[in-house]
Amino acid sequence: MAEEKPEEAPESETAPEATEAAPESGAAPEATEGEPTLGEVVEPRVPLTPEEERALREKFEASTRYVNKKVGSIFFGLLGPKMIKKMARSKIVTPELYDKEGYPVDGGLMDVRLGVIDPGLRCKTCGSKLKECIGHFGYIEIARPVIHINFVKIIHTMLQCSCKECGRVLIEDQNIQKTREQLEQIETDEGVEARRDAVKNFVSSTKKMNKCPHCNAKQEKITLEKPTTFMADAERRITPIEIRSRLEKIPDDDCWVFGVNPESARPEWMVLTVLAIPPVTVRPSITLESGERSEDDLTHKLGDIVRINQRLFENINAGAPEIIVEDLWDLLQYHVTTFFDNEVAQLPPARHRSGQPLKTISERIKSKEGRIRHNLAGKRTNFCARTVISPDTMLAINEVGVPNSVAMKLSVPEIINEWNREYLKKFVENGPTKYPGANYLVRPDGKKKKITEETKEAILEELQPGYVVERHLIDGDISVFNRQPSLHRMSMMCHRVRVLPGRTLRLNPAVCAPYNADFDGDEMNLHIPQTEESRAEAEILLDVQTQLISPGYGGSAIGCIHDGISGNFVLTKFLELERQPAIDLLCAVGIFDVSKLPNKKLITGKEIFSTLLPDDFTFHGKSKNGEEVVVEKGQLIKGVIDQKTVGGEGAGEMIRALQKDYGSQQTIDIIHSIFKLGIEVLLYTGISAPVSDIDLPRAANKKIQELLVQAEEEVAQIIQDFDAGQLEAHPGRTVKETVELRILEILNKARNSCGDTIRDHFTEGLNSTSIISSGARGNILNIVQMAACVGQQALRGKRIDKGYKGRTLSCFKHGDLKPEARGFVRNSFRKGLNPKEFFFHAITGRDSLMDTALRTPKSGYLYRRLANAMQDLKVEHDKTVRDANGRIIQFIYGEDGIDVSRSEKGVINVDRITRQA
Amino acid sequence: MKPELKQYADKLNKKLLDQLEEVPSSKLSKVAKTIVEEFESAQVDAGEAVGLICAESIGEQGTQMTLDTFHFAGVAEMNVTMGLPRLIEILDGRKLIKTPMMEIFLKSPYNKGKDVRDLARKLKATKVGDLVKEYSMNIAELKLQLTMDEEKMKIWGVTPAGLSKAISKGVKAKVKMEGNVVDVKLKDDSDLSALYSLRGTINELQAAGIKGISQVLTVERGEEFIIITSGTNLKKVLELDFVDGERTTTNDLYEIAKVLGIEAARQAIINEVDRVIDAQGLSIDTRHVLLVADTMTVSGSIKGITRYGVVSEKSSVLARASFETPIKHLINATLAGERDPLNSVVENVMLNQLIPVGTGLPKLNMEKK
Repeated sequence: MAEEKPEEAPESETAPEATEAAPESGAAPEATEGEPTLGEVVEPRVPLTPEEERALREKFEASTRYVNKKVGSIFFGLLGPKMIKKMARSKIVTPELYDKEGYPVDGGLMDVRLGVIDPGLRCKTCGSKLKECIGHFGYIEIARPVIHINFVKIIHTMLQCSCKECGRVLIEDQNIQKTREQLEQIETDEGVEARRDAVKNFVSSTKKMNKCPHCNAKQEKITLEKPTTFMADAERRITPIEIRSRLEKIPDDDCWVFGVNPESARPEWMVLTVLAIPPVTVRPSITLESGERSEDDLTHKLGDIVRINQRLFENINAGAPEIIVEDLWDLLQYHVTTFFDNEVAQLPPARHRSGQPLKTISERIKSKEGRIRHNLAGKRTNFCARTVISPDTMLAINEVGVPNSVAMKLSVPEIINEWNREYLKKFVENGPTKYPGANYLVRPDGKKKKITEETKEAILEELQPGYVVERHLIDGDISVFNRQPSLHRMSMMCHRVRVLPGRTLRLNPAVCAPYNADFDGDEMNLHIPQTEESRAEAEILLDVQTQLISPGYGGSAIGCIHDGISGNFVLTKFLELERQPAIDLLCAVGIFDVSKLPNKKLITGKEIFSTLLPDDFTFHGKSKNGEEVVVEKGQLIKGVIDQKTVGGEGAGEMIRALQKDYGSQQTIDIIHSIFKLGIEVLLYTGISAPVSDIDLPRAANKKIQELLVQAEEEVAQIIQDFDAGQLEAHPGRTVKETVELRILEILNKARNSCGDTIRDHFTEGLNSTSIISSGARGNILNIVQMAACVGQQALRGKRIDKGYKGRTLSCFKHGDLKPEARGFVRNSFRKGLNPKEFFFHAITGRDSLMDTALRTPKSGYLYRRLANAMQDLKVEHDKTVRDANGRIIQFIYGEDGIDVSRSEKGVINVDRITRQA
Repeated sequence: MKPELKQYADKLNKKLLDQLEEVPSSKLSKVAKTIVEEFESAQVDAGEAVGLICAESIGEQGTQMTLDTFHFAGVAEMNVTMGLPRLIEILDGRKLIKTPMMEIFLKSPYNKGKDVRDLARKLKATKVGDLVKEYSMNIAELKLQLTMDEEKMKIWGVTPAGLSKAISKGVKAKVKMEGNVVDVKLKDDSDLSALYSLRGTINELQAAGIKGISQVLTVERGEEFIIITSGTNLKKVLELDFVDGERTTTNDLYEIAKVLGIEAARQAIINEVDRVIDAQGLSIDTRHVLLVADTMTVSGSIKGITRYGVVSEKSSVLARASFETPIKHLINATLAGERDPLNSVVENVMLNQLIPVGTGLPKLNMEKK
């Protein structure tokens, strides 16, 4: 009876003892048997006639599909040989897969008792069809035991630390209890692996004269010759048979010393005598176009195992010489090893005939593309769409424009009842090709029927309460909109559907900031929730207006961008309109109540802007240039509107204040109208970043040239001092570093003063000035680079010093420290760069590209680790923050229990409240 | 405390109460009422997945950080790892950091500039090799003669007695000091190669200062002078009498944990993360930083956000397996006969079950009749 075989943990999931009903899920009614079934009917209070009851039951069952079972916990353990045989439905005896007719051979690897993978066949074990049968295990008896590669390390430890004769741990009885306590401590501190190493240390430190303290037997020194060969005293090979019999001797109590639970994993099970064969559903074969079958990698590997196993059997029975048997045994060991793990360091991986390595069990589980991360922790969904996005300011902020063609593919299930029957009938009448129509009808028994022109009539007849119509998307349906990378929760928000002509998904540009989207070809995903619960959650938790305030920093994540900002800046700073154009503007924005406009001939921009604000709104803030912005009683009295008041990404202070006073819904409406107003203003006035903005007056040009010349002279002076050895080093720096720092400082200063000069010569108006000073886009540096001087090109915070030995380019002298030899670009973009300058500029350009390319995966990994480590922390009802085990991480979240997304930049703003009181 | 505020004492936290003290009395009662209202409505909901929000907030901002390792904040400051690499270093809980550094604050009157440079020099670990002017080797007598640079010795505050003590402690040889000349004589039976290697050993010996501190710099910060060092040794520095122990810090988290305890290490993590964020001009709410620091330190020692640290402490096998090295975790789970209680997030995602956070938290109990 020497047969067993351990198995990877995932398999134990399918083992009978794996799942248990959760005691804590008190609400779940007792499970009806087998697969997820229909829910139990709630007993009605008033007695019903049998017919009524049946009708009610049908109706109810049609609308609900409960899963009544919940997995309470999962137990991991090794499968012993007895267990494997009990589980198995078929003993595999032949490497052949199919007979001449192409039918699976009995006792072969594709045995029909192991499950079905062909349509039409029924499983011989459970009688169910394809997709219903989950598959069944088989087993093979292995002629001579082999070692399971994943347990080599623990086997080694156990052999080293247990007696050869009596199997006891080589620790004296009186010390065992103490040692175990110490080991438990090590395990909680450093993990199981450290514990097992520690056992070895304990044993070697207490071992006397290599003798067992229990039976005085002399011990051998066991070494491991990787991957799977064990040697005694470095000369005699220990066969797996011997290993197995030694492991058998280890008493249950001593297993605990190694941190091994003998109930779940008897040590001898780590040496296989029986191998479990995974069901065929785990390794389905694919039929190629030519009608040929192509088997799964696992089937190939198992075929090898069965073949060699058979030969080994035959040879042993025929009494073949020991050498031949041993060779075959080693070969079997190799195949079994690579069946579990084909990436063992010391073994050549098993390959296909084409030379590509086989993907066996370990490779299936691990890595990003493995079962766990690819299929279990990440899943795919139906009812979703993906296309290019484009902007549409006329859409509300919480709407998404869906192309007609998409709206006809995605659907929303609606249950027919007496009141909506006629309404839903119209969708069915339209069929799948006419918008708004319906694609499927679902009967109460769960059967899905496709609606086509032909079936339409019959289906219309059939419609009755309890049926579900999967109708096309219509305006107002709830959807979840997403753009990758989904780095924060605002990357998935709930939008209302707006079905529009065209072929792109459309969104209001105000929500670009939270999605980090632009329209240079970005694509986004749209999901349609299918159940009432998910729709409710989407609406309550994910709606755009609920995401106004970022939980990262407590500022507004959504706000105006680009023209929405500069337009309002222009309006509130410069404009004064006659009554008619003012009313035109407001009407274009969608405000028809102009009674808030003062009754006078000329209306200022501030007054126009004020019509958008609620009548009792009060706000005190600062604009970008530090001036005060005052709104009293819904009137903008002082200051201009710019990025700091209405912008997104944490900037928009006025938006934050609006949200606090008037709630989210009203706020997004106001943001929308402010945005539209900005655009309408610019449509009315026009704005441009003309080339003339970088035409400088002669005086300015002269000044800039003087500044640059002066800077160059200063630099020359420093270099001269340095060459003469007269330069004094900064503390803690070498003289060379000092020169660099000083030069860098001078050159940067020169460029900054160029900026000041340009600023002095700016003409305010409908040009780059407004765009820059409103904070809509760009900054003064961009203008300086275009108009005056591109400036020093810095590589890793230094001037460029790479290239040739002692010089950057071959046209410079060795050790030349002059600005132009170290990447100073004196020309402007407008004037054009000379070849040397161009080259330096290209260097830093490439460097910044590299920086981005290297940074993304690094920060992505950091994010993944943080998310994995902290995903189960939650706030409990007693306000403590705890992890999944109930361990308290914080006694009160963030030391005051405040939710950042409900605060103002993380605090309760006492100043504001005082001012308003 | 103002009498009007007494009734709010147990409703608000100290920070808000302090701020309320400043509010003019005329408005106080109204303001206090509004604040209590806002404070209570701003509380987190039970079940909120604060950990994930924290990870998102830090992760999202992390993508905007630069990879620049060094920064130059002013001319005289030292190179320090900043930006994303430093953030990763902190959250990893690395034992060896790239640029260990201390900021040493001084007690009055030294912080006003008195003898700062001399004090700073006292800190630096000066090697014997830095002070030697000339070597001469006597092969016949197996003797190494060092001529010391007296000026340098003075600068770095090395006394002849201290020097000879340091050398005799470090090498197995006879040390004799005469004026500025040190004679080191090996035992007669040693061979020649020992003499050659002697020079190297002596050069590396520490003559003065504090071990581990390789560079010192005095900096004027605000109104006082502080000493910035590269290399750290918190314990030794805190023992010095001119050092203001309350403000002096290092950026080595493990050293802080060892010298000042885990609570100090937690605060150090918060400070260091905040420093990185500020330097990058980003904004992350403190609550998120607090939560990371708390997660890293709850166990009583610093655990990094890695597979060996925080993640390895999870009770769920599947949660650990879904992070990194799944095979290892599954094998160990089978051996120990672990039971996965399915009480956190990923395992339940894997099994298509409700996750126990947020709206998955409440359960409905039906009364059975």
